Amino acid sequence: MAAHAKSARHSGFNTITTGEKVLRYTLLLVVLAITVSPFLWQLSTSLKSLDEDIYAQTPTFLPEHPTLDNYVKVAETIPVWSYAANSLVVAVIVVAGNAVGATIAGYALAKLRFRGAKLLMGLFLATLVLPGEVTIISQYVTVRGLGLADTLVGVALPGAIGMLNVLLMRTAFQAIPPEMDEAAIIDGATAWQRLRHIGLPNVRGMLSVITIFAFIGAWDDFLWPLIVLTNPENYTLTVGLQYLNGTFSANPRLIAAGTMISFLPIVIVFAALQRFFFRGVEEGAIKG
Amino acid sequence: MTHRRWFTPWLLVAPAAVWLFVFNIWPSINTVVLAFTNAKPLGGGRFTGLANFTRVLNDDQLADALLNSIVFMVVCLPLLTMLPLLIAVLVEKKLPGIMFFRTAFYTPVVASAVVVALIWGWMLNDRGLVNGFAQWLGVIAAPIPFLTDRWLLLFSAISLTVWKGLGYYMIIYLSALGNVRRELHEAAAVDGAGPVRRFWSVTVPGVRNTMLLVSVLVSVSALRVFSELYVLSNGTGGPGGRDMSVVMLIQMYSRGFTGHLGYASALSIVLLVVTIGPMLLLLRLNRKAA
Repeated sequence: MAAHAKSARHSGFNTITTGEKVLRYTLLLVVLAITVSPFLWQLSTSLKSLDEDIYAQTPTFLPEHPTLDNYVKVAETIPVWSYAANSLVVAVIVVAGNAVGATIAGYALAKLRFRGAKLLMGLFLATLVLPGEVTIISQYVTVRGLGLADTLVGVALPGAIGMLNVLLMRTAFQAIPPEMDEAAIIDGATAWQRLRHIGLPNVRGMLSVITIFAFIGAWDDFLWPLIVLTNPENYTLTVGLQYLNGTFSANPRLIAAGTMISFLPIVIVFAALQRFFFRGVEEGAIKG
Repeated sequence: MTHRRWFTPWLLVAPAAVWLFVFNIWPSINTVVLAFTNAKPLGGGRFTGLANFTRVLNDDQLADALLNSIVFMVVCLPLLTMLPLLIAVLVEKKLPGIMFFRTAFYTPVVASAVVVALIWGWMLNDRGLVNGFAQWLGVIAAPIPFLTDRWLLLFSAISLTVWKGLGYYMIIYLSALGNVRRELHEAAAVDGAGPVRRFWSVTVPGVRNTMLLVSVLVSVSALRVFSELYVLSNGTGGPGGRDMSVVMLIQMYSRGFTGHLGYASALSIVLLVVTIGPMLLLLRLNRKAA
């Protein structure tokens, strides 16, 4: 089965038999059930009303009387929408920082020659092998030193230019044929003009991949905001949800509604942009 | 008008360089410095020599945490190296609707670990879906204490991690499978090799480097586990606090007014030491690839 996939891959011809097709779709549906059903179960729990027994011996996937009450109640018990707004603020700063900072640095490292570029590259690469958790405490000390402890800017700042993103953008810019730049240089274009008119149009795929990941990473992060934030008013959604879990573990419907408030936006963002993501992957954008 | 200003490259690279120094290089140095002090979250901290490291050696909690992290790694490693490859082979063929499946399989990766752990916590609860279903089927008489038994909690977190990782490594394999030569498959097929045989003798050797890379990534990320255990155990680290990961200990020692940043830094160095093996392997692989 595996091999059939290979033999038909690059050409148009289709040697797939009906039996194999049935087998493949069956397996795909099995994996689909495994990967997606926990989310559906949670969605269903979040829509179940108080008079429905959610601990029923025979679990029902469809709520008998779907209701949005739980979503209203979460908002009454914790400021879930302002947590969501906090997460959004962090995510926007991180996305903007990476889109700009990683792009211009990646361009300079790929296309411009300057003293110290090699050393800088080495340092960028070196940071990749250091797990973030190792330096998280002294990052906290740094952020506190900047007077940003317990602020959303403090949460967003360290990730606002990701070292991996700089390297990915550099790789993308390197793939542009040097002749294009040379021609522009002869025409008298400055570095900025070349970046805008030759560079950017050619790295859109990678740019969308890094922005998608910057958004997902910032929205989903838990450990770092948990360390930086102390005042519940400043919590991001993930930290607030954990707080919700501790306080209201008696009512899984509310927790379910809370998780859906965190989960649905990110899935919508990803579903909307997945074309760019998978295209980037097929171009070999993601290499570990 | 070719005014090539010498400072333009520097201007472009400056923000990233500042970030590199302020948020990466300086904290790396400072971690080592802090590890020799008794610093608190509100500042201060005197040099205390090897005191933190002596304490590390006698820390039973750390011993538990290390054991947990290593069990975590040993169980995750084979599962997350093989299962995503099988799934990648499954979604590689361009069948109608395959993009839907690829995207759907990737959903757990996009979801926050907190959300995922809350969902699994609800399913694995004493009165949750899994226990309810198993009791309904009559497989078990009493609920299995997935979240209140030390090892069961650890294995719950492992299952969650494997489930969440499938899509991520699937994508890495998917881009590697594109490079496996089709002719090799055809030749093997002509020689009469069946699908299973061809998987082992053509596909697996073809993606061997990627498998190595994936196994290193899985190891390093298993040693860094935090959110899953933290949320599943409701922030307590499980029964008797024995389900902590090393990262959880670091987080714990950094909290609040009584936090011990010095000791947390010493623990960070322990974490670095245990991840250094897989990381060195990663470096070697990178060099080979380059």
